[in-house]
Amino acid sequence: MMNADSNPRQPYENYHDWYEAQDRARLIAKSREAENLFRKTGITFAVYGHADSSEKLIPFDIIPRIISGREWRKLAQGIEQRVIALNAFLDDIYHKQEIIKAGRVPRELIERNVAFLPQMIGFKPPGGVYTHIVGTDIVRTGEDQFYVLEDNARTPSGVSYMLENRETMMQMFPELFHLNKVRPVEDYPKTLRQSLASLAPPGCSGKPRIAVLTPGIFNSAYYEHSFLADMMGVELVEGSDLRVVDGKVKMRTTRGYEAIDVLYRRVDDDFLDPLTFRPDSALGIPGIMDVYKAGNITIANAPGTGICDDKAIYSYMPEIVEFYTGRKAILENVPTWRCSEENSLKYVLEHLEELVVKEVHGSGGYGMLVGPTASKKECAAFAEKLKARPSNYIAQPTLSLSTVPILVNKGIAPRHVDLRPYVLVSDKVQIIPGGLTRVALKEGSLVVNSSQGGGTKDTWVLED
Amino acid sequence: MLGRTANGLYWMFRYIERAENIARLIDAGLRMALTRSGSSDEDWDGVLQSAGVREDFDTVHHKLTSADAIDYLLRDHSNPSSVMSCIEAARNNARMVRTALTRETWEATNECWIELKLALSKRVKPADMPEVIGTIKRCTALIRGAFHGTMLRDDIYNFSRIGTFIERADNTARILDVKYYVLLPAIAKVGSSLDNMQWESILRSVSAHRSYSWVYDGDYSSTNISDFLILNDRMPRSLAYSYDKLVSNLGYLAKLYGDNHAAHETASATLMLLRSRSIEDIMEQGLHEFIEEFIVHNNRLGEEISDGYRFYR
Repeated sequence: MMNADSNPRQPYENYHDWYEAQDRARLIAKSREAENLFRKTGITFAVYGHADSSEKLIPFDIIPRIISGREWRKLAQGIEQRVIALNAFLDDIYHKQEIIKAGRVPRELIERNVAFLPQMIGFKPPGGVYTHIVGTDIVRTGEDQFYVLEDNARTPSGVSYMLENRETMMQMFPELFHLNKVRPVEDYPKTLRQSLASLAPPGCSGKPRIAVLTPGIFNSAYYEHSFLADMMGVELVEGSDLRVVDGKVKMRTTRGYEAIDVLYRRVDDDFLDPLTFRPDSALGIPGIMDVYKAGNITIANAPGTGICDDKAIYSYMPEIVEFYTGRKAILENVPTWRCSEENSLKYVLEHLEELVVKEVHGSGGYGMLVGPTASKKECAAFAEKLKARPSNYIAQPTLSLSTVPILVNKGIAPRHVDLRPYVLVSDKVQIIPGGLTRVALKEGSLVVNSSQGGGTKDTWVLED
Repeated sequence: MLGRTANGLYWMFRYIERAENIARLIDAGLRMALTRSGSSDEDWDGVLQSAGVREDFDTVHHKLTSADAIDYLLRDHSNPSSVMSCIEAARNNARMVRTALTRETWEATNECWIELKLALSKRVKPADMPEVIGTIKRCTALIRGAFHGTMLRDDIYNFSRIGTFIERADNTARILDVKYYVLLPAIAKVGSSLDNMQWESILRSVSAHRSYSWVYDGDYSSTNISDFLILNDRMPRSLAYSYDKLVSNLGYLAKLYGDNHAAHETASATLMLLRSRSIEDIMEQGLHEFIEEFIVHNNRLGEEISDGYRFYR
């Protein structure tokens, strides 16, 4: 919130004045009020492997993270460039593979990647769009210096928190929205619906019927699935509701089977079609891939996009962006050591206590080592795992992440954050001005994942 | 609407209804223990039977004590019909059909679950029983209020109501089935204090001991009590009332979808039967047989609804 001279940074000026005039006890009471609101609404998530497997609340911090319009414009340009490059990359690797032929990305990294789906080779998804919904994870290390941590081109979650956080803030502090011109985020469900409808498959005649596919109520993000279906006004379906009938994917209604044209699926590729992928999947729809390839359904995001979330592919993003857009990437990539390369592995093993080591297919903050905060024993154990399967890991330096203020009992205190803006791709790229700010609530911690005790904040993009 | 959604709504409301009914049975059992001198743990035998869990109880407990019976009915997770299991199942179904519910109905259901999870987190002391029973009644009443006050009167509403009335008819029929011998005029020593107590207990377990007095001028008689619970169409927990509602809810769906199923015929036939017979007639032909047959038909209706509206296939 403050700059080096201890004055509030420009976007925080109005908020700072307001905050100074507040009674701290009242703010802390408001915090509790927010928590009750979330619990009552059932905005919860499940933590896998937790003893009490029931639902948890994600802690919510009531101090907004504020981004100026100028800062946002630069970010948005960078994100748009990156998302365009991702779609071009996917189209290329499933068709002409020019980037491989040009020698920019090694062939085996693509073709031997578990997230690369041979079934997608030569197939163009409706509208040519692979990543309908993207949630780019970004961190800031200095004024105007943004790094992309992950692209999340598969199934980014958390957008319901972006919306509910804003809703909660507007309910609790309406006056703040008079003092600041905050760009709205609440159109997201409507925009998502329009965006999905505009990419209906060739076999759809008339108004496209959209549905959200969820693995069910025990999935950690179930709340979000039902929330999005509800806000868009579309059916929330499970695999058991769907069946392929007469070459179309249809859902079982109280009146019989009715066709679906666009499926926003929140089920991983592996589970999508037991006839094509994992035969033991009970979450998918047998035969949906045939319907897809016959042009009778749109699947969002397209199967096979997960390869973009591979952290080894990530390390090539500067080359990928430049290759397809002809310009240098606007947003920085975190320098990444690919442990599959001998020299890199050697370096990583020697500098383990300075680095963050992640699994190439990992997500959610599981299975990673944060060198600077890990014990000697943990580092040693991790080194063994690394040596056993080097190509399963990448390593990155720990960045000096920016901090934002959170409310604690004694007042405000700085904590590290990241930012996940949400991007919708149809015939255009739309970036919702705002996003999900995740915050590491433990002092000094760099891990913001909700599964590891992170919290969230409302994120304001100002109109200026 | 998805068949699975119709199924979820149906079961959500069956479970809420069941939770309430179990609470009412416990209430009647407690009352009986209070009013009867020398009350015994065996009073709970009948309560467990009315709840349909007498045999299952024995698989968990060696001996029948009132404390164990109450705990089993209230909060035992191994008992799928305990109040806590029912509320848990109702909420899981509500989560599944979240998009079909208004925010108010969902929040009332969610808060009911939050509150009861806390209230039933450990064994309830006898002194705290009235408060806990009160909480269950209040929480479920809030769900009902939110539901009636905010839901569109469409197929969602009608499937929910169908779940409520199938369960209610089943519960009332079960109470009659377990207690039928108390209502047999031949055996009953009319007017004895034991009978009065038993009869009052039956009425209490359907929350009807006050309304009964208004309708039948305060006289307890086995015929009148049977009439009230089976044929009286003003009594909201009677079989006739439940079927009157079922026929109208099913009729709505037939009109909306332009389609009749086996369920429509079964429900109408049962309602006709309830309307055409007198209580004397039923008692003469055998109360027990009548109730047993009713339960079989009611179960079949449930299956026909599930088939007709594609709950599972």
